Amino acid sequence: MIVFIIKRFLAAIPTLLILITVSFFLMRLAPGNPFSSDHSIPAEVLANINAKYHLDEPILTQYFYYLGGLLQGDLGPSFRYKDFSINELMAQSFPVSAEIGIWSFLVALLIGVGCGVIAALKQNSGIDHAVMAFANLGMVLPNFVLAPLCILLFSIYLNWLPSGGWNDGAWPYLIMPVIAMSTSYIAQIARITRGSMIETMHANFIRTARAKGLPMSHIIFRHALRPALLPVVSYLGPVFVAIVTGSVIVDVYFSTGGIGQHFINGALNRDYSMVMGVTILIGTLTILFNAIVDILYAVIDPKIRY
Amino acid sequence: MFMSSKLQTVDALISTDADIDGRSLWQDARRRFFANHAAIASLIILACITCISLLGPLFSQWHYEDIDWEALSDISLLGRPSIESGHYFGTDTLGRDIFVRTMQGGQISLLVGILGSFVAVVIGTLYGAISGYVGGRIDNLMMRFLEILNSFPFMFFVIILMTVFGRHIFLIFVAIGAISWLDMARIVRGQTLALKNKEFIEAAHACGVSGLQIILRHIIPNLLGIVVVYATLLVPNMIILESFISFLGLGVQEPMTSWGALISEGAITMEIAVWQLAWPLAFLVLTLFCFNFLGDGLRDALDPKDR
Repeated sequence: MIVFIIKRFLAAIPTLLILITVSFFLMRLAPGNPFSSDHSIPAEVLANINAKYHLDEPILTQYFYYLGGLLQGDLGPSFRYKDFSINELMAQSFPVSAEIGIWSFLVALLIGVGCGVIAALKQNSGIDHAVMAFANLGMVLPNFVLAPLCILLFSIYLNWLPSGGWNDGAWPYLIMPVIAMSTSYIAQIARITRGSMIETMHANFIRTARAKGLPMSHIIFRHALRPALLPVVSYLGPVFVAIVTGSVIVDVYFSTGGIGQHFINGALNRDYSMVMGVTILIGTLTILFNAIVDILYAVIDPKIRY
Repeated sequence: MFMSSKLQTVDALISTDADIDGRSLWQDARRRFFANHAAIASLIILACITCISLLGPLFSQWHYEDIDWEALSDISLLGRPSIESGHYFGTDTLGRDIFVRTMQGGQISLLVGILGSFVAVVIGTLYGAISGYVGGRIDNLMMRFLEILNSFPFMFFVIILMTVFGRHIFLIFVAIGAISWLDMARIVRGQTLALKNKEFIEAAHACGVSGLQIILRHIIPNLLGIVVVYATLLVPNMIILESFISFLGLGVQEPMTSWGALISEGAITMEIAVWQLAWPLAFLVLTLFCFNFLGDGLRDALDPKDR
């Protein structure tokens, strides 16, 4: 098991290196550069700026500069926010996205699994149909639709919640971003849980447990839930990363100042190091959580041996 | 007499019996699909939405670029939806007719959704089938490549493709399709692995059919069911994605529009003109809802073990 974990993480290193390399060169080869949009900079000043950021050197040299910085944990200076390094901007915005993300993840997980299990246990009843209709509705309400609807309802008509801002994560500021983030995931998780729970409840070992006269709660929590949650776990890995690294939509609509906004602005302004920083963050987390999912799989499912 | 009539009925029975031939997989699937009322209703609604999107602009006196200067003077009053002014859905804050713009946006959204999925399905199916069929080291390499692509943030690709290819509408869906085939490829590969050891593949191989021919003529037709299902489920994702890109200001360019662009405009002005948000949103949500039901219906019909 330990060997497997070590192997799994070692295999991630080349993937990460390729990710860094490819995104570095793709970003540089795309037309435009960070200072091309600034109007009328004298050529000498531009040359100075380019020299400061090593932009006048061959691309390969730039690449090794960047890798060298990366090894020391330095993501480089921002090309857009002139007085900030990427590390500082990340340290500012990632906790915001992470806080919204972790709450959204917990909400999505609890409600999603709950709904899915209830729907599966009452298969084809009114409750099942109601829960699944709700789940279907969640799937067709993407966050850029939900966010304005939430603001319209809670801030403009009812005037209950502030329409935006962060305020160090005070709960009134958290509610709408969490709703906008979690709804579509609730729907997905509920659908997956329902499907696999129905399959599990028809399995032979559940029939045996029933025949032994075990109480229903015991059957559900001790016997059915564990195998039924396997497909959910494999779905959750990438989802956790996607949720935690934030969403542009949420950042823009609720002005929370999370990481998603920086990513898009960085890409539009050719802020190379910002885009690279976020790409590396998301890539690393994706690879890390895929590995964790693999390991969790082995823990949950005793049939899997490495 | 009695005997002969009995013989006749038996005769008739035999002759009718001979007419009944076995039901094919597709006939079975069609029967199951037509028994699913939600899926049929969705199909009808989708057909209606498509027709309205294509034909609707003909029934309005406005054009999607036209500005109604009179309504512009007081949007919250004169821009309201009304039959008399010809603005069935009202106008936006620039005085443009929402009805016609929603229809025009619908054309773009549906086109991007369907063509984007088409691109994704073609690439994904070929990639997955080749990877699964060839196997061995090439399979390993191809799957490794997939894993690397998968660890890139999705938006990174979208933005790079947008900056390289510009903001042409047809390039948008090619770009979207070109990065959405990853799941498709994985699903198809799994199915191919299950198929490739079947006798009929072995038979084709023994007859000297080339690898490419086996993939195109024998493997892909057998994957068609699952491909159709996932293609249907891809379309709403594509529409959402296009809307998202339009929201970022990278999608369709003015004066053309899409549902996503209309929604993001409407979200800004929702305090003055709710209808500017409401109509495109209603159309988008209804369309996505129908595609999801249609996809579920197709899955139940073509892939019954999943129920």
